[in-house]
Order: sequence, then structure tokens, then C-alpha cells
Amino acid sequence: MKRFLPLLVTFLVGFIVISSEFIPHKPFSSINEGLENWFMIISGFAIILGQLSLLKVNSMKVHDKTENWQYYLVGLISFWAMVAFGIFWGTQDAAGLLGNGDGIVSWLGVKPFEYLFNNVYQHLSSTMFALLAFFIASAAYRAFIIRSFESNLLMITAVIVMLGRTSIGTYLTGWLPPEWRWLHLPNIADFIVNFPTNAAQRAIMISAALGIVGSSLRILLGIERSYLGGGD
Amino acid sequence: MSQFMTIFGVWLGAFFTFSIFSFLYKDNPFYKLAEQIFVGLSAGYWFIYTIYSILIPNLFGKLVSDFNGNLILLVPAILGMMMLIRLIPKLEWISRYPIALVVGTSVGISMLRYTESDILTQMTATMINPFGFSSKVEMIGSIILILGTVFCIMYFYFSRKQEGVLGVTSKIGIYFLMISFGASFGYTVMARISLLIGRLQFLLGDWLHIIKP
Amino acid sequence: MSNSKPLDRRYIFLILLVGVTLPLIFPLGLKSEVSDLARQVYKLVEETPTNSTIIISFDYDPATNTELQPMAKALIEHAWKKDQRIIAIALWPQGVQMAEQAFADIMKKYPDKKYGIDYMNAGYKTGGMVTIQAMGRSFKEVFPSDFKGTPYEEIPMLKNVRNYNQISYVISLSAGDPGLKQYVMAAHDMYRVKVSGGTTAVSTPGFLPYINDQHQLYGLLGGLKGAAEYEALLGIRGTASNGMDAQSVAHVLIIVFIIMGNIRVYKQKKSKHEKK
Repeated sequence: MKRFLPLLVTFLVGFIVISSEFIPHKPFSSINEGLENWFMIISGFAIILGQLSLLKVNSMKVHDKTENWQYYLVGLISFWAMVAFGIFWGTQDAAGLLGNGDGIVSWLGVKPFEYLFNNVYQHLSSTMFALLAFFIASAAYRAFIIRSFESNLLMITAVIVMLGRTSIGTYLTGWLPPEWRWLHLPNIADFIVNFPTNAAQRAIMISAALGIVGSSLRILLGIERSYLGGGD
Repeated sequence: MSQFMTIFGVWLGAFFTFSIFSFLYKDNPFYKLAEQIFVGLSAGYWFIYTIYSILIPNLFGKLVSDFNGNLILLVPAILGMMMLIRLIPKLEWISRYPIALVVGTSVGISMLRYTESDILTQMTATMINPFGFSSKVEMIGSIILILGTVFCIMYFYFSRKQEGVLGVTSKIGIYFLMISFGASFGYTVMARISLLIGRLQFLLGDWLHIIKP
Repeated sequence: MSNSKPLDRRYIFLILLVGVTLPLIFPLGLKSEVSDLARQVYKLVEETPTNSTIIISFDYDPATNTELQPMAKALIEHAWKKDQRIIAIALWPQGVQMAEQAFADIMKKYPDKKYGIDYMNAGYKTGGMVTIQAMGRSFKEVFPSDFKGTPYEEIPMLKNVRNYNQISYVISLSAGDPGLKQYVMAAHDMYRVKVSGGTTAVSTPGFLPYINDQHQLYGLLGGLKGAAEYEALLGIRGTASNGMDAQSVAHVLIIVFIIMGNIRVYKQKKSKHEKK
């Protein structure tokens, strides 16, 4: 019963959503509207669940004094600092429990929540992903070795697109006369992107969509149950 | 004082930027510290914005302003609380109901939207008349587009052994896929390098004032 | 450089760092061309009448700031040049701050633009495609207030906005999921509102199939190059245009690294073959 009833809920809800597409009248339309609004609210709680789960895991690591527990403590302090600033003094234009914190704003220039976002979070987030530039350079040197005709094709296309989509491509072949303009690197890059790449991406899109429709049907019909988690 | 804190903020940003970049030399305490601060701040940010942007305006605000008129909202509120019970392992089964509702809704919508947008409309868009274009480039390109789409889809058909005609068309499909992956690699390089450029623009512009930010 | 051992990757990192830094300090002044995809986006904004209401959805976070924020600023500037009214929404929570920063920057050029009349920030909502679909029925239901808490009815520019029927076009600046794909599926394919967008370069190839004669997408801005192209069409030189020289040099360096790697492997194979 603990698994059967939720599966029934999934089926009924999915059935109503699909039916309302073909029967856009009451009661299907009004139930569908309600479901859409409830979805947003429940998703909000799901996000809160994610944060609380993270808190739980980190707290246990600090409590059990696992390896590098001091860093997890710093993570917890950062979380509570951000939440406290947001709750007490609010975000940029929304007031918190203690109002807009005019005193602290005159000292910091902005609200503490904004200050942490602008001067810490933004830079950490951007730099984390900027590291990837270095790793792709390292991968280009170590891993992108031409071994077959297919990898040859991949590399040649990559080189044309890399040169053609930047100013270097314009510079290298900008001198070509009008009748040879089709050999201009940006034009070749555009042709590769607009036609053969488009074709392959379209095929991938159609195939992936067929897969999604198939797995959606499996979930609706209760064949796929992994989303319910383990246990009874 | 606020001017000093603004400048201090820029130096704070530069410090954390170098803390993350220090990982490129080797793993070290500065990187580990910056990583955990990022995780904590990110989780805190999401928490606050979920409350201020969704739960207050769409749920609690409506219940407080007109409780009797919005009684039905008690249902998602209760379902939401049931979702949070997932944190207690023994009562985890209670959270299956809100999950079932969310999954049922998203799966129903996905089926419809993916069928229309990614299957039917894409197939319609592939059924073009390549000889209707005035330019030779577009004509040749359209023929490549139609044939490429068909050959790539034939490659993804694994229910039969890929030999004979299917084998030949699948092989051509692989070549189209390789061209696509090459273009994707080029774009990926572009994306990753852009992120580094952004960081350097901050360090050289906002922090060191060597370039105009 | 030894024939058998690859170069320590930290040297690769250093060469890349120097290669990207130098063109930022000493610009090369190379010119790049504008692609047809960027022109289509420009045409959509340019041909939309004055006083139209549009939506710009900020579906990204600071990690992809470099590619998408210049697009946001260029699009806001273009829309304000045409006196269009902008509704900013966000399907990612950080998008709210990204929108505020973009508006704050462009307000310096257009100080007469007023909040609530020329632009507003509806804030963040979760739900992805479900939320976008719900907006097609009723904006007010999804956004009962803006991100400051001002009720929907008290915002002048939203007086006549009920759903997508009153919106001229939607532009989604998206770094992933939810984002542009969901707008194409729900906003365009269901409600027939014009959709265009900007994405990070890594996602761009995946959106190409939507550029078709069914007009699922009206053009696409891809990565920093797309942002630089839009700035060029507007006749401004922003952060994207300034970064293109460094981008070009970095691409050449990557190609050099690939060639170096292949030469190293070829030499290794040759020396193994000779030993046999």
C-alpha cells in the first residue's frame, strides 16, 4: 500500500494533465490549473528539503569529526550567516524581520546579504567554472589524439569552428577575393554549424525525445518506480 | 566607511578568486576553505530566495491576506510539509505522496511538450523543399540537412544489426555525428575560455585597474 | 621537452594564463563578423513596435556571467532604445540579482526609465516548464507580486498584461535547465509567442534544430561571440567585444596544444616501432 497509492497518484495526476490538453474544459482545465500552482509550491518545499539535507549531512560530519571536519564547519557557518542576513535584514528590495537595516547599509553600502553575494558568492561561483578553461587546455594536449578517420573528422571540424568563430578566422582569410568567399573561414564555420551539425543535433533531439516519451510512459504506468526511493 | 567596505569587497573577491585558482598548482587549505564557503553561501542563497520568491507570495502571503478564499492552498502546504518529513528515515514513505504529485505533473507535461516540440515539429521542419532556395549554398545545405538527419536517426536504430543498406547509412550518420561533436568541442572551448576571460577582466579591471572594466 | 614524458600540465596552465592576459592588456584590435543567427535576434527586437511589452528571462547564475550578462545588457539597451517595456523574470534564483545588476548598469545611459512603468522585476519562480505553461494562463497567478513584494495590481505596466497574448516576444538568457528549451516548448509551441534567446557557447549546438521554418526560435546568441556580435550590431563596445581578442588567441593556443600532443604521441609510436 505504501508504494501502490503513490503510484496511483502519479498515474491519476499524469492522466489529468494529458487529458486537459485534449479536453480543455472543466473539470480537467481547472484541476490542471490547480496542479500547476501546487507544483510550484511543492517544488519550493523540495528545494528547502535539499538545503536541510545538506545541513544534516554537514552537521553529522562535524559531529563525528570526520576528515577535514573543520571545513564543513565553515560551510555550515557560511550557510547560517547567509540565511540570518536574509531573514533579519532581507534581500535587495525586500525587508527582513528587522526591517531594511538602514544602519548596517550605511556602513556596508548595501545590505549584508547583497554584500556577501556581490563580493564573495559571485566570485567563488565564477572562478570555480573558470578553472575548466585550464583543464580543457590540458585535455587538448594530453587526450585529443587523432587515431582514426572519425577522430580526424572531429578534429578538423573543431579547428575550423574554433578559428571561424573568432576574429582570427576573419583575419586569416579576409583577403580572399569575392568569388572565393565560400572558403572564408567564418563562412565555412557557419555552413558546418548550420547544416551538418544541425542535422546531427536534430537527430539526437528526436531520438532523445522518443526516449523521454518512453520513460515518461513507464513512470505513468508504474513500471518505473525508482523515484519513490527504497524501502517498503 | 561604505567606500572602504566597497574597496574591501573587491579585495575579498580577488582573495577568493586566487584561493580557487590555487587549486591549479595543487590542492591546499585555501581552496578547501573557499569551496566550503561557496557551498554554504549557495545553499543559504537558494534557501532565502525560495522563501521570499515562492513560499511567501504564492502560499503564506495568500493565506494570511485571505485565508477563507485560499483554503485550497492548505493542500499544497500540507503536501510540502510531508515532503520535509523525508529527513526522518522511518517516516520517509510519507514523502512519496508529494513526490508522486510532482512527478505525475512533470511527466504528463513532458510527454506532451517533447512530443510536439522535439518530435513532430522537428520532423515537420526537416520536410523542406531544398530546391526552393535561390542560393546554391542553401540548396546544398538543405540537402545535407535532410539526408544528415535521416542517416543519423538510422544510426540510432539498434533493434536490427547494422549491415547492408542500414550499415552504409549508419556509417554516414556516424560521420555527421563526428562533425557535430567537433563543432560542439569548438563551442565548448569557446565557453570555457570565456569564463577565464571574465575572471581576468575582474582582476585586471576592477581590482588592479590596469584595464577599463 | 622529453619525447616520452608529456609536459607538466602546470606549464600548460601558465602558457594559457599568459596567452589570455596579454591581449586584454594590449588589445589586438581584430574585427569579427556578425552571424545570421545574431542578426535574426536583432531583427526581432528592432521590428517590434514601440510601447510593446516583452519578457527577458534571466536563467543563469554568476558562473556564466561573462557570456550572458553582456547579452542581457545589450538586449535591455536595444529594447529601451525602441521604448519597449521589459518584464524581467528568473527561473534560476541568482537570475534576480543578475537582472538587477544589468538594469542598474543600463540605467546609467537611460536615467529617465522608471521602475513599474518601463521595466519591472517579477522575481524568481521554481517549476521550469510547468511555471512557463502556467504563465500562459495567468501571469498574476504565477507572480502575485514583484520581487520587492509590490502587489501585481499596483504595478502600472502590468495593468493590461494577463498572459502571453499581451507579450510581443520572450527572450531567455539561459545557462541550462530550466531555460530556453522550456520556453520554446511551452511559450512558443503551446501559446505561439515569439521566442528568442542567448545561451552559453557549450549549449548552442543543441538549440540549432530550433532555428527552422517553424520559427521555434527567432535567432540565437551563442556565447561570448554572440554577445560581441549583438554589441557590434548596436554599435557599442562592451565587455564581450573587449574579450574577443583574448578569445581568439586562446583558441589558437588550444589548437597548438592539440598539435603538440599529437606530435608527442606520433614520436612515441615511432620510437616504439623502431625499438621493435
